[in-house]
Amino acid sequence: MASPFKEALDSEKFVVTAEISLPKGITIAEMLENIDLLKDKVAALNVADNQDAIMRLNPLSVCHLIKESGGEPILQMNCRDRNRLALQSDLLSAHVLGIHNVLCITGDHTTLGDHSEAKPVYDLDSVQLLQAVKSLQEGKDLGGSELFGSPQFCVGAIVVPEANPIEPQLLKFEKKVNAGSAFFQTQAVFDVDKFRNFMKFARQFKVKILAGIVLLESADMAQGMNIPGVYIPQKLIEEMASVGKEKELAKGVEIAGKIIKQIKEESICDGVHIMAGGKEKVVPDILTASGLI
Amino acid sequence: MIVAERKSVDEIKQTLEGYKKILIVGCGTCVAVCMAGGEREVGILASLLKMSFRMEGKEVEIGEVTVERQCDKEFLQPLEEKIKDYQVVVSLACGIGIQFLAEMYDSKVVVPGVNTRFLGSNEGEGVWRERCRACGDCLLAETGGICPVTTCAKGLLNGPCGGTNDGKCEVDKEKDCAWTLIYQKLEKLGKLDTIRAIFPPKNYQVQTQPARMVHEVYQKGEDE
Repeated sequence: MASPFKEALDSEKFVVTAEISLPKGITIAEMLENIDLLKDKVAALNVADNQDAIMRLNPLSVCHLIKESGGEPILQMNCRDRNRLALQSDLLSAHVLGIHNVLCITGDHTTLGDHSEAKPVYDLDSVQLLQAVKSLQEGKDLGGSELFGSPQFCVGAIVVPEANPIEPQLLKFEKKVNAGSAFFQTQAVFDVDKFRNFMKFARQFKVKILAGIVLLESADMAQGMNIPGVYIPQKLIEEMASVGKEKELAKGVEIAGKIIKQIKEESICDGVHIMAGGKEKVVPDILTASGLI
Repeated sequence: MIVAERKSVDEIKQTLEGYKKILIVGCGTCVAVCMAGGEREVGILASLLKMSFRMEGKEVEIGEVTVERQCDKEFLQPLEEKIKDYQVVVSLACGIGIQFLAEMYDSKVVVPGVNTRFLGSNEGEGVWRERCRACGDCLLAETGGICPVTTCAKGLLNGPCGGTNDGKCEVDKEKDCAWTLIYQKLEKLGKLDTIRAIFPPKNYQVQTQPARMVHEVYQKGEDE
């Protein structure tokens, strides 16, 4: 049976997903509030996996909490923290907990996070993790052993549409498609025209693309953002700075809404993935600004 | 070659606490080339230690000797007489030489004077770069002679991660992204198709440590 998220992807409707921020610790009240706030407003909620190589609550347990609250989770799995035994074991666990959407990612290097002396794993890469998912779905693990019952997933990956140079990134994108990725959530998109170029390439594949929407919280954040493959047009930075400190967040919401609206109206891709970076409370405002609710 | 760097004098001194007769043994091969443990560096370390002990008012005798290779019994054997006169040996060889020396003279305390860093090439005066991780399953035929296992910080086999930017690595902006280099090289060679195929997960069984190898010519003898 297809997951509700898979059904949304297949429905040809504009699909919206959003990311839930996880606490570093066990105080989850605010996270549960955010889940409750968003679960019925978006098709699925992404749960990152020790994002930015910073140790946090485990995403498998948070996906379970989302399921319990009646929401639809997307489990992110990185290749940095677990070898092929642990990854496959967690995939089986996800299935038995009713979590049927997985996003396979490489994972930021340990040296960039808060446990910089840790040993990075990378036993599999993201393409091989996609293949592992496929293999489990076909009833066999990577060791070649038969499974007692095979899990089913809607499996996705990420892509950086404005990577520089773009060619190696596109080659990897194609490998991910061939390895079974049915959907892609992209790195942040701020320049829709540039994103259109990527979509010209991506449209030759039968996969769903959700454009990454990162909320700009302040002019300083916009100015200082240093994420590979993310380019914020100077015009947007000036627009953020022009409104004064108290109104910057509202401006960021407006900008995010405007980008989503344009992507939807011009049918540039299949949906968006909103990353509010801890400001999940304003995600409904972004949806309102985009005309989606 | 094996690239190493000398430990600080303070760190080496901590391992020599209480000894009065110290022998520094250099190695004339890799570590001599990378200026960490050859004859010249043995002399420098001996001078630094002597000066340091003297300033503390300690009387310590420091001997110096450098062999051609510490990873070969043939070159370690001649040390037998000399080593008897000392209480402790500081080896400036790579980790291989240090262990081999310690094993051969197992009644002596042997301490390391270097940190062994990597297998690398000489990129210019005083500059070395890691080139091989000895993974036991060489992929260079498919990757245009550029090793992704070593050159990519994550050892990825199927293309760049999302952290690469302007052809540089997410981990260190001074380092090139291996997969950008591989792509450009294969494009130049007209062989991009070799990396369009998905590379399977690496077989780590072939690098189970400690590795041991017997040349096929000698295998029969070993079996008997």
